[in-house]
Amino acid sequence: MRLLSRGQIDRSKPVKFRFNNQGFEGFKGDTLASALLANDVKLVGRSFKYHRPRGVMTDGSHEPNALVELNDSGQITPNVRATQQELHDQIDARSQNHWGSLNWDILELNDLLSPVLSAGFYYKTFMWPRSFWEKVYEPFIRRAAGLGRLSMTANEDRYDKAFAFCDVLVIGAGPAGLMAALVAGRAGAKVILCDEDFRMGGRLNAETYEIAGQPGAAWARDQVETLRAMPNVRLMPRTTVTGAYDGGTYGAVERVSHHLGDAPEGAPMETFWRIVARGAVYAAGAMERPIAFKNNDRPGVMTASAVRGYVNRFGVSPGDRVAIFGNNDSSFRTAQDLAEAGVEIAAYIDSRDEVALEGDFKIYTGAVVSNVKGRMGVKSVEVTRGSSSFAVEADCLAVSGGWNPTVHLTCHMNGRPQWNEAIAGFIPVPGMIPGLQVAGSAGGTFSTKGCLKSGAFRAKEVLQEIGIKAKSLKVPEAEDSSYAISPLWTVPGKGRAWLDFQNDVTVKDIELAARENYRSVEHMKRYTTQGMAPDQGKNSNVNALAVLADATGRSIPETGTTTFRPPFMPVSIAAMGAYAQGDGFAPQRLMTSHDATVALGAPMVEAGLWYRPSYFPQKTETHWRQSCDREVHMVRNTVGVCDVSTLGKIDLQGPDAAAFLDFVYTNTFSTLKPGKVRYGLMLREDGHVMDDGTTACLAKNHYLMTTTTAAAGNVMRHLEFVHQCLCPQMDVRFISVTEQWAQFAIAGPKARDLLNALLDKPADDETFPFMACGDVSIGGIKGRLFRISFSGEHAYELAVPSRYGASLFDELLKLADALEGGPYGLEALNVLRIEKGFITHAEIHGRVTAFDIGMEKMISPKKDCIGKTASNRLGLIGPEREQLVGLRPIGAVKEMNAGAFLFAQDADPTREMQQGYTTSMCYSPTLETVLAQAFLKNGRARHGEVLKLVDHIRQVETQVEVCDPVFFDPSGGNARG
Amino acid sequence: MVKLHAETPWSDDLPIREGKCQLDAVDLGPIWSIAPYRKAEKGVSAALSKALKLALPAPGKSISTGEATLLWSGREQYFLIGAHPPKLKAAVTDQSDAWCSVRLSGAAAIDVLARLCPLDADVLAEGDVARSLIGHMQAVIWRDGDAFNLMVFRGFARTLIHEMHGVMISLAAQDEIPQ
Repeated sequence: MRLLSRGQIDRSKPVKFRFNNQGFEGFKGDTLASALLANDVKLVGRSFKYHRPRGVMTDGSHEPNALVELNDSGQITPNVRATQQELHDQIDARSQNHWGSLNWDILELNDLLSPVLSAGFYYKTFMWPRSFWEKVYEPFIRRAAGLGRLSMTANEDRYDKAFAFCDVLVIGAGPAGLMAALVAGRAGAKVILCDEDFRMGGRLNAETYEIAGQPGAAWARDQVETLRAMPNVRLMPRTTVTGAYDGGTYGAVERVSHHLGDAPEGAPMETFWRIVARGAVYAAGAMERPIAFKNNDRPGVMTASAVRGYVNRFGVSPGDRVAIFGNNDSSFRTAQDLAEAGVEIAAYIDSRDEVALEGDFKIYTGAVVSNVKGRMGVKSVEVTRGSSSFAVEADCLAVSGGWNPTVHLTCHMNGRPQWNEAIAGFIPVPGMIPGLQVAGSAGGTFSTKGCLKSGAFRAKEVLQEIGIKAKSLKVPEAEDSSYAISPLWTVPGKGRAWLDFQNDVTVKDIELAARENYRSVEHMKRYTTQGMAPDQGKNSNVNALAVLADATGRSIPETGTTTFRPPFMPVSIAAMGAYAQGDGFAPQRLMTSHDATVALGAPMVEAGLWYRPSYFPQKTETHWRQSCDREVHMVRNTVGVCDVSTLGKIDLQGPDAAAFLDFVYTNTFSTLKPGKVRYGLMLREDGHVMDDGTTACLAKNHYLMTTTTAAAGNVMRHLEFVHQCLCPQMDVRFISVTEQWAQFAIAGPKARDLLNALLDKPADDETFPFMACGDVSIGGIKGRLFRISFSGEHAYELAVPSRYGASLFDELLKLADALEGGPYGLEALNVLRIEKGFITHAEIHGRVTAFDIGMEKMISPKKDCIGKTASNRLGLIGPEREQLVGLRPIGAVKEMNAGAFLFAQDADPTREMQQGYTTSMCYSPTLETVLAQAFLKNGRARHGEVLKLVDHIRQVETQVEVCDPVFFDPSGGNARG
Repeated sequence: MVKLHAETPWSDDLPIREGKCQLDAVDLGPIWSIAPYRKAEKGVSAALSKALKLALPAPGKSISTGEATLLWSGREQYFLIGAHPPKLKAAVTDQSDAWCSVRLSGAAAIDVLARLCPLDADVLAEGDVARSLIGHMQAVIWRDGDAFNLMVFRGFARTLIHEMHGVMISLAAQDEIPQ
């Protein structure tokens, strides 16, 4: 019911919206919850487990019941708290978690089954038959229990994430937070003030207190304007600080355009912030807790502060006839505010005996509410006083069990809050988060004046800590009443009394947990699920542990609380993963030949962050193997061109460069003459192979190391480690020049013909013999030429500065075409190297030694190197090692797969019997057979043996012959010639 | 004789203007890495001062004559930009083609950086240099007046521009949201 002339809504701006496909109207400034209540919609959702009807319970972000899905042209945002969602004219909200309609939910059947569905039911029941869990139980439970749905399409909404930095972060813009921000702002500190509401002011907007003679809400608005005018203060409304992390870093989520029906194109839904603050004032306020009694979850039962909030801030009365039940002074304020607003008060019920209360309505002291009647909404409440009970007709019940300081964020670094008897609640202790001070009701100070004072004081403390001088600020006059409370957690009696509304946990469930010896609060939580799910026990935690304390005969401080962890509020994965949708997942590193390659129709594959072509399909080719076979033939018979710019290139210079290379490589480089290239093997400190590649001596004390594409970063890091930590005395400098050079492999019998059509001065065996390198000139552009081969053919790698890469690739293709050659991709490159017995990281995968790949002789006995000693450890050398071999099929089945296992022909293909595994395979068009590389126990001594290769996943069994891994041109004549 | 032609890393994507921010291509000219050998810093600095009026800057700093700039670019390493170095007792490599450089300017430049880079760009003073990240790309960032010069590996050019453009659009759109 809308009240006339109250609230901070803009009545001149009506807003139409939809809920469960029905049209409604509210005003600008409403939340979805206040607008629904204004339209007398009380039933807004179904509970998690028992599918009980539920209504709006709070007026803040801790709402456990009023969770809705927002639908926007096919996209669904689930679990939106209606109490937080600002109203706009595109809202199409649906209630969640019902099978059938909201009013006729088939699964309300669960509610009738509640005697058997109590805590631990799933653990005890769904144990057998075992196979039923995945097939029957789990799908059904998931269908029955749950929150919102997803659209099951890719999320197309934009989300951002960002960093921010400040001297003082103020969390919460209620009276304490506003004062803290004013003090810090006036001191000239760089301030960020975050508040999760769209209107700053905290409870001042929801209460009728006056500050300095003006309404609290108006005072708050003035202070916000003052702060907005300060250039050093950044106001961040709609921003929830969700976590406190090391080094003064806080996570925060800003709702950027959820409140807009017509968000500008390109604006994010949310921004996830990482705020780094030198100091922080935590003024997150307090949350009112309910009291547990029979049927206290019926739609229309709300927290008392929420009822005040709807009346005062939104001009909405949640009921026509409201009953109020409380155990503390603040609940009586509800009655006063409602009376002033002209709302009919059915009764004020206070559990305390000796309180003197006066009002123009029925007041029952020493009384409790023991039951609520009305399934879809409150119809009447049962009041019990002593031994007598009577019904009070009402359609809304406002309940206050007292206030819990919002301690959550202060616990994020594993600090424990302390029980405070005076307010019957937990409060933070100093130092729980370094650099953070707690102000206002988050610290247990509940009067307005106290909050204002505390905000100013804590801000000064924080400023002092970070060396900023602050002036004192006069604290304005404000309400300074005391807060008297007599704890009441549950009203005894038969029937289910609800504690955790979001997880459907009752007082009985907690008692059952205690009976079954889940006495620790952490065990109780996991057994009953109390305190889980999006609201993380904000409404139920203290009540639940009070019940547990009672059931186990301990005090509340002895019982303790569960651990509050980040995030304080649910944060969209989309916000934390902002920019990572689709192609944004990882940066793309593109070769200079990329566009031309894509234009030729080559499918690209990722290699590290690089994109490389798989193969270059020609028009008549319909299968990648056709392209691959052709490209292999081409390289073996004419000439092929492949962009190898992605290989890591590291330039090393300095008087000790050669000694440094000798130390990081197993073999010797100090003997390498300028103009020569040598293959090198690098070990990790544990003696296993790290990487391989060639290093060229460009000049005296000047080398160019190449690494594999994927390991370039690792090798660079390794070199830095070795230089900085192991041999800092060596005078050597190195830097990546990977991107400076575009480099192309030119391979095949006609490689030199192609090359010499390009070079200003032709190369021959004299000037560029096998494993030579040197400067060349292409149309006057200086390049580098290396005569090296990864295919086993006569081959070169030609490098030019990257700006000429695309142009050189075009020229290479034109010239290759004239020689009946062309480009080749990674598939062909792989076939060529397997034919030749060369290895890649498929073989040197981190668990193999130089011995395993037959390169132990490359570990020079004349010098030390990284990994040398460790490579000689027991078990790393000998016949028990799995050693690199080649395989070829000799039976009827020709298929071999990488990752298949080797067994003796007559052995069972079981784990215990396996003797090795394949790492690479290919179809060799040159040898017209399938080939594989494998590691086989004592393999080098077993060439010629016949074994069984079993691929368990693809269910292939192949008879294979073990052979030398070098299948093609074992003498190496092709490359040298 | 074959004639190779040069291509820039940015293709035709730049400049981009969105809201209060602009992204331009920057052709820095020659870029040379200079890593003085052991105990050679003073000599290298003197030689550079003599030849180019540029002494080696402190870590995190750069120095410029207008035509040429000398940046600290990492541990014991500097980038000489816009000029060729004299003979030095240092490891020198040509890096001119290894980088894609862009210039981010306008009132929203800091807000754009705040979305992609974990640095507090606000505290970078004129000429300050930092090695940091743009998204997941390692970068050299230095302040030039009100603008920021950003360098990432050449191969990342498109991702850099794509990511920055997305954020620029987002911020321009957010400017239109009423307070």
